[in-house]
Amino acid sequence: MNSPSMSFQQRVSHALADGQLRIALDRTTERFTSKRVAGLASLPDADAVRDYARSIRLHTLSKLDDYLEQFEANVTSVGGQVHWASDAQEANEIVLDLARSRSVKRVVKSKSMVSEETELNQALISGGLDVVESDLGEYIIQLAGETPSHIIAPAVHKTREQVGQLLADKLGVPMTDDPVEMTATARSALRDVFLQSEMGISGVNFGVASTGSLAIVTNEGNASLTVTAPRIHVAMMGIERIVPTLDDLAVMLLVLARSATGQKLTVYTDLLTGPRRGDPDGPEELHVVLLDNGRSRLIGTEVSEVLACIRCGACLNACPVYQQIGGHAYGSVYSGPIGAVLTPSLDREGPWHVLPEASSLCGACREVCPVRIDIPRMLLALRAETVHSGKGNRWVRVGFWLYRIAATKPWLFRCGVSVVRQLTKMFFVNGWLLRLPSPLPSWTRSREFPVIASRTFSEEMRDREKGSGDE
Amino acid sequence: MSQTTYSAQLFATCLVDAIRPAAGLATLRLLERLGVKVIVPSGQTCCGQPAFNSGCLADARAMARYTVDLLEKSPAPIVVPSGSCGDMIVHRYRELLADELAYASKVERVAARTYELSQYLSDVLKVQDVGARCRRTITYHPSCHLLRGLGVRSAPSKLLDSITDARCVGLSGAEDCCGFGGTFAVKMGELSSGMLDRKLDAIVESGADTVVACDAGCLMHIESGLKRRGSNVAVRHLAEVLVESE
Repeated sequence: MNSPSMSFQQRVSHALADGQLRIALDRTTERFTSKRVAGLASLPDADAVRDYARSIRLHTLSKLDDYLEQFEANVTSVGGQVHWASDAQEANEIVLDLARSRSVKRVVKSKSMVSEETELNQALISGGLDVVESDLGEYIIQLAGETPSHIIAPAVHKTREQVGQLLADKLGVPMTDDPVEMTATARSALRDVFLQSEMGISGVNFGVASTGSLAIVTNEGNASLTVTAPRIHVAMMGIERIVPTLDDLAVMLLVLARSATGQKLTVYTDLLTGPRRGDPDGPEELHVVLLDNGRSRLIGTEVSEVLACIRCGACLNACPVYQQIGGHAYGSVYSGPIGAVLTPSLDREGPWHVLPEASSLCGACREVCPVRIDIPRMLLALRAETVHSGKGNRWVRVGFWLYRIAATKPWLFRCGVSVVRQLTKMFFVNGWLLRLPSPLPSWTRSREFPVIASRTFSEEMRDREKGSGDE
Repeated sequence: MSQTTYSAQLFATCLVDAIRPAAGLATLRLLERLGVKVIVPSGQTCCGQPAFNSGCLADARAMARYTVDLLEKSPAPIVVPSGSCGDMIVHRYRELLADELAYASKVERVAARTYELSQYLSDVLKVQDVGARCRRTITYHPSCHLLRGLGVRSAPSKLLDSITDARCVGLSGAEDCCGFGGTFAVKMGELSSGMLDRKLDAIVESGADTVVACDAGCLMHIESGLKRRGSNVAVRHLAEVLVESE
């Protein structure tokens, strides 16, 4: 298990040494990636749909205050109640107060990354409540005492063999690696939880401003039970997860599941508009907790586009860094390329400025993003901010300052190249490398060190000019 | 090719200059063979991409201004034998110098006439068969910034397919990054090595005796890794194989 006290580099080493993790990640990221391609190919013009989805997201963000007010008014008009939380602690207090004032003892949850962001489970458990996760992946990691390692597949870091063992250890069932049997085990354990819980807490994929509806997509149907069986439904969402109308929602749903798992639609799509009103089913109360937690501050900044994210997880699956280390190595709730932008942006005081460095800027994330978020551009902006604020490595800064001086004076640049050539000759004996100054050993761990050519291109060109003069 | 006389400026890039001059020389020879009058602007250094990618924007800006001034003097198209440096000039200079009014139109002019080598061959000269001949089994690694930055997907493969006597073989996970990423390879050495390992495995599995790419950074990275493994797979820039005639 990773511990929070480890540095990013330590967590990376740890993850790279974990053979089981590699097996689990290879199985899943490859499957998701190929299914995504097939899923998008089932749209007549996927590129146009993605462009349109992007324009909906950017338009919504440009008028977010208006749409949020409209959303609140409409949730209220259908009998729900909206709670505004400026930070994680406030969000947790709102939920805890609701539970206490309504004598809630048991809480069932369906998947919610926002509740991971606020560490809601710990807050509720410390408040004396029983909390059970009902999404299969979340259920597994709750049993294991872990956190999600992927936005949509929280237990992706575990092989099915590891899950079988976990269920056997924790629930006393016979060991199996058959996913169907394991699902049946979890299903029977969860059935009573749904029926006995007084409060169901869910995430929200989209809140629809024009109707006050909440759209929740799952493949297991657990959210449908979470939001209808208990007396009270609490929905937690980030303030950016708004779409203006149901038509806009339809467009987002065209790309969400396709980008996430390759499905045309998830197995269940719940569209909830208010609590029970005369009809025999549904919760008696609906509460929507809208979490800011640093989001509104991003509007108008270089990273504002990160708020367009619809949490499909495609960029994680496509990322060659995520594919190797999984989500836990990032050390943050949101991992992968989008997490490397979102985490340091939302939590500016945290130890996160290393995350934007964990990218070769290959652009695979931008290529797969259903709403075409330019993640590499934002990683670059965050790197620049780190340098600007003086938090970065001083030697890198000094190094590039010197490099810039040389690179803007060609004679100095040529001298510099010669000096480096001489220096590397000192380190190379008979073509072998003896020692290298830090941090270069991290290169030579797996690679030879390249040598400066005995005649550079510019030296060749100068000779050529001289030569042509003689002819 | 038509009868038009083509002229071009060759911006060799710092890595080609210092580490892989053969790629620069091959580019020069190839273009001249195709009838292009090539100018190699003297005083060229680095486009500034390493500083830009490391967040040192002031330094990157200084190098960008320097390079724009250098390349703007001639109206000839600019040919860059590197996808990532090409992408830097074509796309990133605009962002980098966005606030500098004095440079706005210069940057536009330079960006609009900058081409990566394979792009120049296919889009400007409109050649696919450059008359090369070599007995190689070639696999092609599409470098990230060429592929996803400049959007050059098929031009290099078509040029390679047209080489007489050469056989081109596929590369599994071809579009996966080799793990170079400039300073990333040093700052995140382990992650970078892991990515490189996968790339090298795929290269070896492909059965090719030569791996070709259009970016000196990726070539340097792949070559350093293959060398460490003791592999005898040759590493070549596209231009280097396109000038071969045995």
